[in-house]
Amino acid sequence: MVLNLDLINKLLRGDKRTCARMITKIENNEKEAEDILKGIYEHTGNAHIIGITGPPGGGKSTLTYRLSKELSNQGKKVGIIAIDPTSPFTGGSILGDRIRMNKLATDPNVFIRSMGTRGHLGGLSKATHGGIKVFDAYGCDYIFVETVGVGQSEVDIVKTADTVVMVMVPGLGDDIQAIKAGIMEIADIFAINKSDLEGSERTTREIRMMVEMGNEEKKPPILNVIANQNEGIRELIEEIHKHKEYLISTGKLEEKRLERIRSEIITLIEDEIKSRIFNDKDVYKLLDNVLKDVYNKELDPYTAKDKLFKAII
Amino acid sequence: MDRPIRVLVAKPGLDGHDRGAKVIARALRDASMEVIYTGLRQTPEQIVAAAIQEDVDVVAMSILSGAHNHLFPKVVKLFKEEGVEDVLVIGGGVIPDDDIPGLKEAGIAEVFTPGTPTTKTIEFIKNNLKK
Ligand SMILES: Nc1nc2c(ncn2[C@@H]2O[C@H](COP(=O)(O)OP(=O)(O)OP(=O)(O)O)[C@@H](O)[C@H]2O)c(=O)[nH]1
Ligand SMILES: [Mg+2]
Repeated sequence: MVLNLDLINKLLRGDKRTCARMITKIENNEKEAEDILKGIYEHTGNAHIIGITGPPGGGKSTLTYRLSKELSNQGKKVGIIAIDPTSPFTGGSILGDRIRMNKLATDPNVFIRSMGTRGHLGGLSKATHGGIKVFDAYGCDYIFVETVGVGQSEVDIVKTADTVVMVMVPGLGDDIQAIKAGIMEIADIFAINKSDLEGSERTTREIRMMVEMGNEEKKPPILNVIANQNEGIRELIEEIHKHKEYLISTGKLEEKRLERIRSEIITLIEDEIKSRIFNDKDVYKLLDNVLKDVYNKELDPYTAKDKLFKAII
Repeated sequence: MDRPIRVLVAKPGLDGHDRGAKVIARALRDASMEVIYTGLRQTPEQIVAAAIQEDVDVVAMSILSGAHNHLFPKVVKLFKEEGVEDVLVIGGGVIPDDDIPGLKEAGIAEVFTPGTPTTKTIEFIKNNLKK
């Protein structure tokens, strides 16, 4: 711990390189990562975490850029975590969200970090939560998390963000039908981007109908925006603020964050159990010993599991 | 290595297209690297700021327009001013042979001219990481 105090103080003072290096350590699951996360925890909880999700190419990065720029102009400090998929075959990736945000690169109020999913499913990467905490302690007022644009499996963002902005675009047509099942549970706000394009009224109508038919106690607002022309951005920020106020005044923010802590601790325990079991070489010996038996039908995989479990724990 | 090498691929200057940069980006991805692609028309300031935030191991730049003698060394200089010494800086594009010694002198670790197989660039990166 003593080792890290210097580092933590540097982060709290807003040192960019320290911030960047800490995120790397967390991403790479280096030995120091856990100490860092322990050390910064008491300095977290101040940032408003905003998820930006929606279909590929919908304008998530462009919108994140505009929102961040506006908030930075207001003197706010903004962190952005932009996630793109890692190839399951090579482990490599091309992280391209910065292309839409280059003008923010030298903005002293903004810090952008790209992450590959590195095998994690659900639209985020495993290090996203740690990255958020680092940004939070670093002093960000707002943290944007741009998910992988996969459309359907973005459930993780709900558990991660205080406010989720679902970016939709005209012409999704049948796709809306397909993703409908999931999106009502995910969206706190609908931003219909590319509202300069044909079909935006129709999309707006369809989403409005969907929202009205839903039985959520708080109907998500629907906004038309044109991210690449900077239109509707202030209104969207307003809605994001309103949502946060709603969460606070109803006690839902605390509820949400307690649930987040709960699932975080469960995940940590799962990881710990897995790594304790599978870092033990004897486990593999035991495993190898039963393979033939299972193959020869002298043992079934479930009984083998019971046997191994008994031997391990 | 159990962590991916992180590379920032950028095009400084006013070039109109980025085909070459995309080819190298894809090759590095296929070599299991994490490529942060920033696209066209980057200023050296933007490149260095992005490289610091992304904590990359390598900055790979490509220029076709002839501004390499100014822009490549500028990036190295800005890194020095920020106290960053552990990022490998390499360059590529249409660069006359006569310019290469000067660029290396200025701190560009290696210069790859058109026709260099991407495997050579990958090999170079793997063998010359500074962190
Ligand atoms: N017509 C129109 N185009 C837009 C608008 N907003 C963004 N775009 C364009 O849409 C394309 C995709 O934008 P991005 O911001 O990269 O979209 P994204 O959702 O981040 O994409 P991925 O991260 O690849 O899923 C770009 O060419 C943008 O210029 C808009 O309001 N109207
Ligand atoms: Mg994007």
